[in-house]
Amino acid sequence: MDRFWRLPQNISTYGGDIDSMFHIIAWITIVVFFAVELLLVWFLFRYRAREGRKATYTHGNNRMEVAWTAGTAVIVVILGVMSRGLWLDIKDPRRFPDAGLELIVTAKQFEWNVTYPGADGVLETDDDFTVRNQLRVPANTNVRMTLRSEDVIHSFYVPELRLKQDVVPGMSIPAWFEATVPGQYVIGCAELCGIGHYSMDASFYVHTAEEWTQWNAQQQTAAAGGATTNVASADATSAEPAGSPAAAAAGTSN
Amino acid sequence: MSTVATAHESGTHDAHGQHEELPFLRKYVFSTDHKVIGIQFLFMSLLFLLFGGLLAMAMRWQLAWPTDPTNAMPGGSLLPETMFTSGVMLPEFYNALVTMHGTIMVFFAIMPLLVGVWANYLIPLQIGAEDMAFPRLNMASFWMAVPAGLLMMASFAVVGGAANAGWTGYAPLSTSDVYSGVKLGQQLWTISLVILGFSSLIGAVNYITTVINMRAPGMTWFRLPLSTWALFITSILLLLAVPVLAGGLIMLFFDITFNTGFFNPVVGGQPLLWQHLFWFFGHPEVYILILPAMGFVSDIMANGARKPIFGYKAMVWAIIAIGFIGWIVWGHHMFMSGMNPLLGGFFMVTTMMIAVPSAIKTFNWLGTLWGGNIIFHTPNLHAIAFVALFVIGGLSGIFLAAAPVDIPLHDTYFVVAHIHYVLVGGSLFGIFGAIVFWFPKMFGRMMNEPIGKLHWLLTFVFFNLTFFPMHMLGSGGMMRRLYDPTVYPHIAQHQDTNVFITVCALLLFASQFLFMFNFFWSMFRGKKASANPWNANGLEWSAPSPPPHGNWGGRQPVVHRGPYEYSSPESDEDFLMQTAPPTGRPTPAHS
Amino acid sequence: MSNNRTITNLATLLMVGALIACGGGDAGEAGGEAGATGGDEAASAPVANAGTIMGMVNFEGMKPANTPIDMAEEAECAAVHTSAPMTQRVVGDDGRLGNVFVRISGAVAGAAGAPSQPVVMDQIGCVYTPHVVGAVVGQGVAFKNSDPVAHNVQATPQLNRPFNISQPMTMTSAPQRFSTPEVIPVRCSIHGWMEGFIGVAEHPYFATSAADGSFTIANVPPGTYTLEAWHERYGVMTQEVTVEPNGTANVTFGYSEGMAANAVVPMGDPIDPHNHTAEEIAAHRAATSQSQQ
Repeated sequence: MDRFWRLPQNISTYGGDIDSMFHIIAWITIVVFFAVELLLVWFLFRYRAREGRKATYTHGNNRMEVAWTAGTAVIVVILGVMSRGLWLDIKDPRRFPDAGLELIVTAKQFEWNVTYPGADGVLETDDDFTVRNQLRVPANTNVRMTLRSEDVIHSFYVPELRLKQDVVPGMSIPAWFEATVPGQYVIGCAELCGIGHYSMDASFYVHTAEEWTQWNAQQQTAAAGGATTNVASADATSAEPAGSPAAAAAGTSN
Repeated sequence: MSTVATAHESGTHDAHGQHEELPFLRKYVFSTDHKVIGIQFLFMSLLFLLFGGLLAMAMRWQLAWPTDPTNAMPGGSLLPETMFTSGVMLPEFYNALVTMHGTIMVFFAIMPLLVGVWANYLIPLQIGAEDMAFPRLNMASFWMAVPAGLLMMASFAVVGGAANAGWTGYAPLSTSDVYSGVKLGQQLWTISLVILGFSSLIGAVNYITTVINMRAPGMTWFRLPLSTWALFITSILLLLAVPVLAGGLIMLFFDITFNTGFFNPVVGGQPLLWQHLFWFFGHPEVYILILPAMGFVSDIMANGARKPIFGYKAMVWAIIAIGFIGWIVWGHHMFMSGMNPLLGGFFMVTTMMIAVPSAIKTFNWLGTLWGGNIIFHTPNLHAIAFVALFVIGGLSGIFLAAAPVDIPLHDTYFVVAHIHYVLVGGSLFGIFGAIVFWFPKMFGRMMNEPIGKLHWLLTFVFFNLTFFPMHMLGSGGMMRRLYDPTVYPHIAQHQDTNVFITVCALLLFASQFLFMFNFFWSMFRGKKASANPWNANGLEWSAPSPPPHGNWGGRQPVVHRGPYEYSSPESDEDFLMQTAPPTGRPTPAHS
Repeated sequence: MSNNRTITNLATLLMVGALIACGGGDAGEAGGEAGATGGDEAASAPVANAGTIMGMVNFEGMKPANTPIDMAEEAECAAVHTSAPMTQRVVGDDGRLGNVFVRISGAVAGAAGAPSQPVVMDQIGCVYTPHVVGAVVGQGVAFKNSDPVAHNVQATPQLNRPFNISQPMTMTSAPQRFSTPEVIPVRCSIHGWMEGFIGVAEHPYFATSAADGSFTIANVPPGTYTLEAWHERYGVMTQEVTVEPNGTANVTFGYSEGMAANAVVPMGDPIDPHNHTAEEIAAHRAATSQSQQ
C-alpha cells in the first residue's frame, strides 16, 4: 500500500503512528468504497429497466435508516477518539516530551532562518547564532522549535517527519520532532506565501551525534569570533559600526 | 416517453391573457420573471465556468512543463509581459491563476449554477407559485452579480494583476502589496465579493420567503421535492454565512486600503482572525456548494429509477443536519494554523460527525436504486456519477478530518483531489444532470441524448483520470499552489504523474465542448419537448414547456401527494403527478 | 528622442554600458564602473553650451569590512564567482567611496527628457549588477536574470508604487517605471543577501561614483544647482555647484565613517531583514505601510 499512496520515508518517532492511523482509515475507506461502488454497479445492472416490469413501490425502511446511521456514527466516533490522543501528543505543548535541543525557526519571504542556542545552551542570549536555510539537528534527540514569521503566513513542512505547522506572524508557535534516520531532507513551505512560495525550500540535515557536535562547536566558535561563515549573522555585523558590542550579538536580536 | 398524459402541450410560447406583451428590455434583460432570471444566471455562470476552466488549463500546463520555453503554453505569447515572459509563465501570474480559478469557480460558477439558476427557476415551479415573493429584488440579485463578475474580470487588467493570495485571501499576504505585489487587484477582488455577497443575500431572503409563504394548496413541507428542500436550507445557510464573509471582506479592504491592521500583528491585529471569519463562512459555503446538487440528484434519481426516493424524511433530516452541523466544523480548515490544539480535537469530532448525514444520503440513494426499474437517461447518468464520486469525496474527507493524519496531508494535493471530487465530481455532475433534466422545461426542447451520453462518459472518465492521481501526489507530499513542483526532489520524482494529469485535464476540458455544442444546438434544433418529457411527478412538469409568465396561465395547481409517487399502485402508469386528483384506489401506508 | 543620431548614440552607449556591466561580474567592483552609464546617457541629450560636473567622493576613517556571502545553497550562483562573493555595503579604494549616487536636486531648466530605452539591472551570480543604477522619472528599469535560478525583485519605495515581480529562469522583466525621485531599495526574497538600489532622478543628470570615488555628470545645462550625494550607509550630503557654459565644474564630497551613526538614509536604513529588534520591525513596517497610502 505504501507504493500506492507514495508515502515518503518516515524518519520521525511519531510518523509511524500517523502512518498507522492513515492506513487504518485507508483500509476502512477502501472497504466502504468497494462495498458502496460494487453495490451501486450491481443495482444498476440488476434493476435496469425492462419491458413490463414495474419498480418496487417502497418509501424506505426505518430500521435500515437507523442501522446505517448508527453504523457510520460508531465508525467515525472510534476514528475520532483514536485520532484525538495522537493529535494532542504531537500538537499540545503540555504533552511535549522534554527537549534535547531548542531552536527558533524564523520564516520570511522566502527563507527559513534557524537560530541555535550557542554555547550556553539557552536561546535568546548573546551567543546565539543563526543559520540561513539550513536546519541541522542530531538524530534521536527531541527537538523543540519555536516557529515565528517576519512577514506573512508560511507553513513548516517536512514530509519525512510527518510534521507540518503554519508559521504565523505575531505568534510563537511551538512544535517538536525527534528524527531517527540521519540524512539530508528538504523543508518546504506549504502555505501560499507570495511569488517565491514554490522556491521556499531549505535543507534539513539529520546528523549523527558526533557530526552534529562537531558542526555545532564550529558554528559556536565562528559566532563568538564574529567571523561567521553564514551570511545571516555576518550581515548584521557589517550593519553595525566595526567593533560595536552588538557585533557579537549578531543573530540574536529576535 | 411519448405517451405523456397531460392537459398541456408544448410550445405555449404566447402568454395567456393576463399579462400584456412586455418590451424586449423588460422581458429578457431587466426581467422580473423568475424563469428569465434563472436563465440569465445560467448563461452568466456557464460563461464563468468556461473561463474558470480555462484558468485551470493554464495552471495544469505550467505544472506539467514548468519553466520550459520549449513547451510554452499555447497562446501564452499573447499575454502581457507581466504574465508571460520569454515563453515562461511568471509565478505572480500562476498565483493569480490559482486565486482566480478558485474564486471564479466557487463564487461565480458553482454557487450561481446551483443557487442563482435553480433556486430562481425551480422553487416557484416546484411549489406551485406564479413567481418569487419579491420579483424586483430577484432582478436586483442578478444585476448585482453582473458588475461583481465584471470587476473580478477587470482585475486581470489592472497594475500588478489580479489578486494572487489564494481564493482564501489569507492575511497579511492579501493585505500588503509589499508582500504580494498586488494592491488594486486585491481591492477589486474584495469589492467584487462584497457585491456578490449582497446579491446572494437578496436572493436568499427571496427564496426563503417564497418557500415559506407561496406554496400551492396541499403543498405541505413534507411534500416538497428534495431540490426545493435543499435550496431552502442552502438559502438559510447563505443568509447566515454571507454577512460574516462580507464583514471580514470589509475589514480586509480596510486593511489593504487604510492600513487599519485588523489582521496585521505589527499593529495589534491577528492573522488568525481572518481565517476564523473566512472559514466560519467558508465551511457552510462548502455545503452551500453541495446541498442543492444533492437535491437535484434525488429528484433525478427517483425519476430514473421509477421509484419513490428511499427514506424521504431521512433525506430531509440529513439535509437539515448537514446544514447545521456545517456551522461547527470550520476549524478543520485551521488544524495547522497554530490555533489551540484542543480546539483541533473538538473540530475533529464535529467534522467526523458530519460524515453521518452524508452517509445517510448515500445509502438512501442506493436504496432508491434498489428494486427500481432504472432508465439510463442522461440526467440519471449524471446523478449516478454524482453518487459514485461523492462517495470518494466523502471518504477522502475522513483522512483530512482525522487531525493527526491531516498533518502530512494538509495543504497538499490530497486536499485538491478531495475538494474537486466534491465540487466537480459532486456538484458539477449534479449541475449537468439538472441542466439536462430541466432543459426541456426551460427551452421547450430536449437536449440531444447520444451527445449528452458521450459527454457524460468522457467527463466521467477524464474527471477520474485527472483527479484520482492527485490523492497520491498529495500523500506523496506535493504541496498545493506550487508554481514549479520540480523544485522539490520528492515531488520531482512524480513529475510524470503531473504530466499525465495535465493531459487528462486537457481532454476533460475538451470534452466540455460537446456539452456546449449540445446546449446551443438543442436550444434551437432539439426535439420539441412535451410538458412532462421525463414522466416525472413534480409540479413543474404540470406547467407548459416552457412555462409562460405566471407559470400555469392563471390556474392554481393543487397538490394531492408527495413528489416521488413513482410506480404507485394508485396509478397504472409508473408515475403519478402531484397534481393528479386522487384515484380513490387504496394506497399503502407510507413508512 | 527625435533625431536618428541621438538614437544611434544612445544604442551605442547602452551597448558599451552593457559590456561594462557584464565585465563587472566581479561583485566587488561592479558598482563603480557602471556609474558612467548614467552620466553618459545625459551626454546624448542635445543641450546648448552644456557643461560638465566632475567629482570625487573621498572617505575618511576605517571602512567596515564587507562580509562574505555563503552561496552554498545556490551552486549555479557560487560557480559564477571566481573569488569569494562579498556584500557591497561599502566599496571603494583607500580614501575613496564608491556606489555613491549623485544627482542634481530639484528641477533643471532645459533638461533632457527620459530616455526611451530602459536601464538594465542585472542579476549575475545572485548579485545585483550594478549595485546602484540610476533612472529618470518615467524611464523603464528592466531586471535581467542571468542566473539559471529563480529570483524575485521586491522594491520597497516610500514615494513610488511598490512592486514585487519574479523571474523563474533566465529572462528580462517588463520595464518598471517610477513617478517620483527617490532612492529605492530592491531585494530578492529568495536570496536574502541580494540587495541593490535604484536612484530615481527627475532628469538625466546623475551618476554613481566608481571604486576610485570619481563620477562625471556630462551635458548639464549651465546654471547653479544643488548637488545631492547619497550612500546606503552614510546618508546624504549636499553642496552647491555652478556650471558655466561649456565649462567643467569640479566638486568633492567628503564622507567619513563617523557619519554612519547619524546618517539619514532616505528610504530608511537598509538593514538586514534577518537581524533586527521588534521596534525596528515596527518602524520598518510603519515606513513601508506609509508608502502604500
